[in-house]
Amino acid sequence: MLTKRIIPCLDIKNGRTVKGVNFVDLRDAGDPVELADAYSKAGADELVFLDISATEERRKTLAELVLKVAEKVNIPFTVGGGISSIEDVDVLLQNGADKVSINSSAVKNPQLVNDLAGKFGSQCITVAIDAKQIDDKWVVHLVGGKVPTELDLFDWAKEVEKRGAGEILFTSMDHDGTKDGFANEALSILSEELNIPIIASGGAGNVQHFVDTFKEGKADAALAASVFHFKEIEIKDLKKKLQDNKIPVRL
Amino acid sequence: MKIVIINYGAGNIQSIKFAIQRLGYEAILSNDPEEIKAADKIIFPGVGEASSAMHKLRDSGLDHLIPELKQPVLGICLGMQLMCNYTEEGNTKGLGIFDVDVIRFDNQVKVPQIGWNQIESLDSPLFEGILEKEHIYLVHSYYAPVTKNTVAKTRYGVAYSTALQKGNFYGTQFHPEKSSVVGEKILKNFLKL
Repeated sequence: MLTKRIIPCLDIKNGRTVKGVNFVDLRDAGDPVELADAYSKAGADELVFLDISATEERRKTLAELVLKVAEKVNIPFTVGGGISSIEDVDVLLQNGADKVSINSSAVKNPQLVNDLAGKFGSQCITVAIDAKQIDDKWVVHLVGGKVPTELDLFDWAKEVEKRGAGEILFTSMDHDGTKDGFANEALSILSEELNIPIIASGGAGNVQHFVDTFKEGKADAALAASVFHFKEIEIKDLKKKLQDNKIPVRL
Repeated sequence: MKIVIINYGAGNIQSIKFAIQRLGYEAILSNDPEEIKAADKIIFPGVGEASSAMHKLRDSGLDHLIPELKQPVLGICLGMQLMCNYTEEGNTKGLGIFDVDVIRFDNQVKVPQIGWNQIESLDSPLFEGILEKEHIYLVHSYYAPVTKNTVAKTRYGVAYSTALQKGNFYGTQFHPEKSSVVGEKILKNFLKL
């Protein structure tokens, strides 16, 4: 049976992990390669690297990092952040990334989704969508939730599926950072209305939240950062609990 | 041992090279027919769209070379699919090594299938020391139905071929290079053939 995926997300700035990471047993918790290796050994199913650098050398630094991660890590990983062209994606995939995730660049130029899916295949194109609820409507936002767009979450998700996205990474800006649980209602609508996998993101605080997002939110995968980085949740314990709840996982 | 990864411009070959490195071997990337013919083990990767990948194979003349190879050849993911007779993706004629037509998952399941699923009915030296129902990583929209060449099955809506074998030709729909320690073991089994 296809299992539900648990995905730690690492924020990267200038080739280093940002946010305090409380992996006491690591020599250098700021080294994304070492952290990625630790997560793969801890039972993570996949990893997401989100680059938030704003320097001129950003592209080169990220490409070098991807190569180092691919050299060391034996599970799949996705790279996102500032990707806006076929050339960007080409370098990252050549260097060993399994998937790329695009967000603002797809909103600004929806044709990019078609172009990337056509050239590299839908299976490696994840479209990340950040949205928040305004007057009962889920509105797509850019720049980490700061800038609202005209787009409705569900319409946009359906559009990118049609354009060739292989997967949706949906972050609820209303839930992100709250540790209050995932946006399960919106997630379950996405999961029912689309026929590509949906990754839940934003709101993970405890193990039960993951159970709920797979059961009520019908998510195919769940992504989180701080609960894993600060060891509030151990991936092995989490998966055991999911299994106890009859949710298929890889143990 | 000389290991060649066929480099025809399709897909994520770096990950396979690194996985082989982690096992303590070195692989070279090549599209040179002489170099490929002289290898002990050949890996035929592939990620992306079938018709354009097949086009690239034809351009380099490798479409005639690969079916003639006598040493162990391992096709991975799209590589395995291109070793079949035909694939629905881009209405593409394959290399005809495995006698099966590749078709798309129907919409009863989410397409692509992305993630970790289980392999069962294992029947190949590739799976020596591998248990039934171990998890492997898959990402694909098209699949090879069960056939006489099937040596591993996976269930996703239907039971289909996640590994094929015919003589010296092997194929895995899953990515051994991304399937953690289980995948590394399978890759090692291939290199030890």
